Amino acid sequence: MAFKPLANTRSATGVSTGKLALYWLLCSEIVIFGGVLAGYLMHRLAHPEWAFQSMHTNTAAGATNTFILLTSSLFAVLAHDAAEMGDGKKAAKWLLGTVGGGVLFLCVKGLEWSNEIAHGYTITSSTFWSFYYTAAGVHASHVIGGCIVMLFVAKDCWQGRDLHRVEFIGLYWHFVDIVWIFLFPLLYIAK
Amino acid sequence: MATANTESHEYHSHASLYVKIWAVLLVLLVISVLGPMLEIPALTLITAFGIAIVKASLVVKFFMHLDLEPKFIWYILTVSLSFMALFFFAVAPDVMNHEGTNWDNVAAKAAVERGMEAGDPAQHHAEGGAEHGGGAHDEAAGGEEGGH
Amino acid sequence: MSADHADHAHHEPTFIEKYVFPTDHKFIATQYLVTGLCMALIGGFFSFAFRMQLAWPGSDIPVFGHMSPAEYNAAITNHGTIMIFWVAMPVLIAAFGNFLIPLMIGADDMAFPRLNRLSYQVFLISAIVIVASLFVPGGGFGGAWTAYPPLSAEAVYNLTPLGSSMWLTAVALEFVAFLIGGINFIVTAMNARAPGMKWDYVPMVVWMICIASILFMGSVGPLVAGAVMLLFDQTLNTGFYDPTRGGDPILWQHLFWFFGHPEVYVVLLPATGIVAEIITTFSRKKLFGYQLILFTAIGTGVLSFFVWAHHQFVAGIDPRMANIFTITTVLISIPIAEMLFLFIATLYKGSIEFTTPMLWALGFIFCFLIGGVTGIPLGASGSDIYLHDSYFVIAHFHYTFFPIAFIGSFAGITYWFPKWFGRMMNATVGKLHFWLTFIGFNGIFMPLFVVGLAGQHRRIYNYEHFPDLSTPDLQMLRIMATCSLLLLLASQTLFIWNFFYSMWFGKKAPANPWNANTLEWTVQSPPPHGNFGPDFPTVYRGPYEYSAPGRDSDFWPQSEPS
Repeated sequence: MAFKPLANTRSATGVSTGKLALYWLLCSEIVIFGGVLAGYLMHRLAHPEWAFQSMHTNTAAGATNTFILLTSSLFAVLAHDAAEMGDGKKAAKWLLGTVGGGVLFLCVKGLEWSNEIAHGYTITSSTFWSFYYTAAGVHASHVIGGCIVMLFVAKDCWQGRDLHRVEFIGLYWHFVDIVWIFLFPLLYIAK
Repeated sequence: MATANTESHEYHSHASLYVKIWAVLLVLLVISVLGPMLEIPALTLITAFGIAIVKASLVVKFFMHLDLEPKFIWYILTVSLSFMALFFFAVAPDVMNHEGTNWDNVAAKAAVERGMEAGDPAQHHAEGGAEHGGGAHDEAAGGEEGGH
Repeated sequence: MSADHADHAHHEPTFIEKYVFPTDHKFIATQYLVTGLCMALIGGFFSFAFRMQLAWPGSDIPVFGHMSPAEYNAAITNHGTIMIFWVAMPVLIAAFGNFLIPLMIGADDMAFPRLNRLSYQVFLISAIVIVASLFVPGGGFGGAWTAYPPLSAEAVYNLTPLGSSMWLTAVALEFVAFLIGGINFIVTAMNARAPGMKWDYVPMVVWMICIASILFMGSVGPLVAGAVMLLFDQTLNTGFYDPTRGGDPILWQHLFWFFGHPEVYVVLLPATGIVAEIITTFSRKKLFGYQLILFTAIGTGVLSFFVWAHHQFVAGIDPRMANIFTITTVLISIPIAEMLFLFIATLYKGSIEFTTPMLWALGFIFCFLIGGVTGIPLGASGSDIYLHDSYFVIAHFHYTFFPIAFIGSFAGITYWFPKWFGRMMNATVGKLHFWLTFIGFNGIFMPLFVVGLAGQHRRIYNYEHFPDLSTPDLQMLRIMATCSLLLLLASQTLFIWNFFYSMWFGKKAPANPWNANTLEWTVQSPPPHGNFGPDFPTVYRGPYEYSAPGRDSDFWPQSEPS
């Protein structure tokens, strides 16, 4: 395990280094997702004919995925709770639950997309669908990335190490959840 | 300094609070899904986005504990959000309008018209326009009098 | 806060750990520096090739051969892209940021050394991808560094299907590398400061690099989104930027310039930070208006988000929008001008030592002022209607970018070389290099202002096709510019020689050859692994306490107790 430089443990701001880094990461992610969503919104408002396409998004799948992500966020914060109590094994279990939620999210999305593609709604069939797959795809790639990191954190937790990281990966996961909280109405409700 | 930030006093679990918040989030989710069924556009928008904002606020306050962090964290996040708002409101007029005082976005208007006429692809078993590749370019920005 | 000392095991790294998987910020800084300078050779080679083509159209260019129009376009595109993303940013931000920040704030390394290594690795991959894009079938992307669709989106127009996508991928990877690196810099500077280092005791260059990283972070997001969409347009045939399919090419312009304008301040601020460090040291004077400079930099950064559409005055935007952006653009020249005046005020009545770094710093102020002033007619939408896309623009942005990327870099390298590599550079060769570069640089771009005003538009491969522009006078100016470029390029051999010779055979450098105040000068040259050994410094004063009244010595290091 590599040593931690003194630079990592000092805290002139009062916020721990890891948490500070994570919030800066979230700032950069806000502008990235903001770019995708702003681009989508501008076009959607200018193209009323996209309503004929967007009516075919699968609201049930979207709502299920929202439920899955909200629950996985619950698991993430319960993991943090356990970590605060010092219980590494419990935290790891809750984190695995969160990862499970992420995987389930991806499965539902996979089924949803294959269904849509089978009906001819591909990424090129209309620019609406281009935005749909791109926005949800960028989000999904963040879900995948989050799951991978979460597995590493869970492994360390199980061995009783670096419990403070549970909070950080949890914060990232909540952010991914919040992006979906906005993607859901954009793509599935206010079509 | 990098360890748990609540070690100055005894930490007791907040699990029950988190579960309660989760339940509230699910109720909100149900409302937002049911909203469109009433078929009032304004109401749909309020339930969809208004609820999204409420849900996000709940996650931010109770799951992320942002209210416990120093204020500057909140500031940097709001600044990022405001850059996004700036981008949207400054660029949208350019991208959303298809005509102005002295100009017409012919290609975009034609695309809108075609889409409205075509209607629901599921009803016509239309292929959705994947084949239009080459043919559409001749009506795009008439090359002879193109701006540059 | 109780005395900080490293109770973490700082074992001496093995060869593999040191050179193949480094985490030491100083070594990673060197990696960025060397990569950036090598990429500068490539970017410089392109400028050699296309300027030869412009001066003697159709000729057989040495080393390059005949230049086809497509090759010309690829040369100008990749010259610009490489110089901005693979030279200016890695040298000014990543190399100097990595080297200086931990040392200047009294820390042992960056907050996240392994993330630091990862950011270099991603950066290196991006550099390999952009260079590789030049050799694939079809050749390198030739749609200008601005990559407007539909030219950049459709291979049927740009004729470089592979090159375009690789170019875009390389740029996207570079963005990721600098996002990761930027977070590291900001968090380290915010959190890892030595005890006693309040926010107004932080050296200006550290502030500038952090503000630049924040600016970058805030502006690049939409472009990352846009780049993904462009990549899909290129490879998957989506229609994000195709108006016939519901997209809009103007969206790309906005996404690009929303980033593109703050980007110039992203590279400017570190350069001004470097200049600030040098002019204080070599005028033995306090920085005039530290807080003012800082707030100016922050204000400029914020304002830079409100000026981007001045790049789009003739793209068909609403004239009322053009009005607004004219006002904001002309406004933004004020804080930067004021910053330069504060630098001049710092120099005023100082005890000036004309060392090589000082020459570069003074050269920066001179040349950048010209660049800034020539931006005004471009920022005003009326005059920009004539000047847009002319060589006036090229001369303007080279009078800003060259001082930033090269003068600023040379200033920093000649100033910190003793600390970085433990040896002194040759001063005579250094000064000769400065003068030849300065003369060469001005010789290239002064004539280009003239041809720009005469109406010569940019991105044209051969002006012989334009009767109004192929007059002997204008051609003479083009030839003058090219000959000056040859002088400029040739004189860089002096720097290359000086850099490598001094590294091995230069006089050994003491810890503080310039009698400067900041913390990096309190450790040996080069600093050991862990920088400060077991006892970390405490800071008692600001970084610019030169010629403090009542003291014998004309400098007062930050960590000296009294």
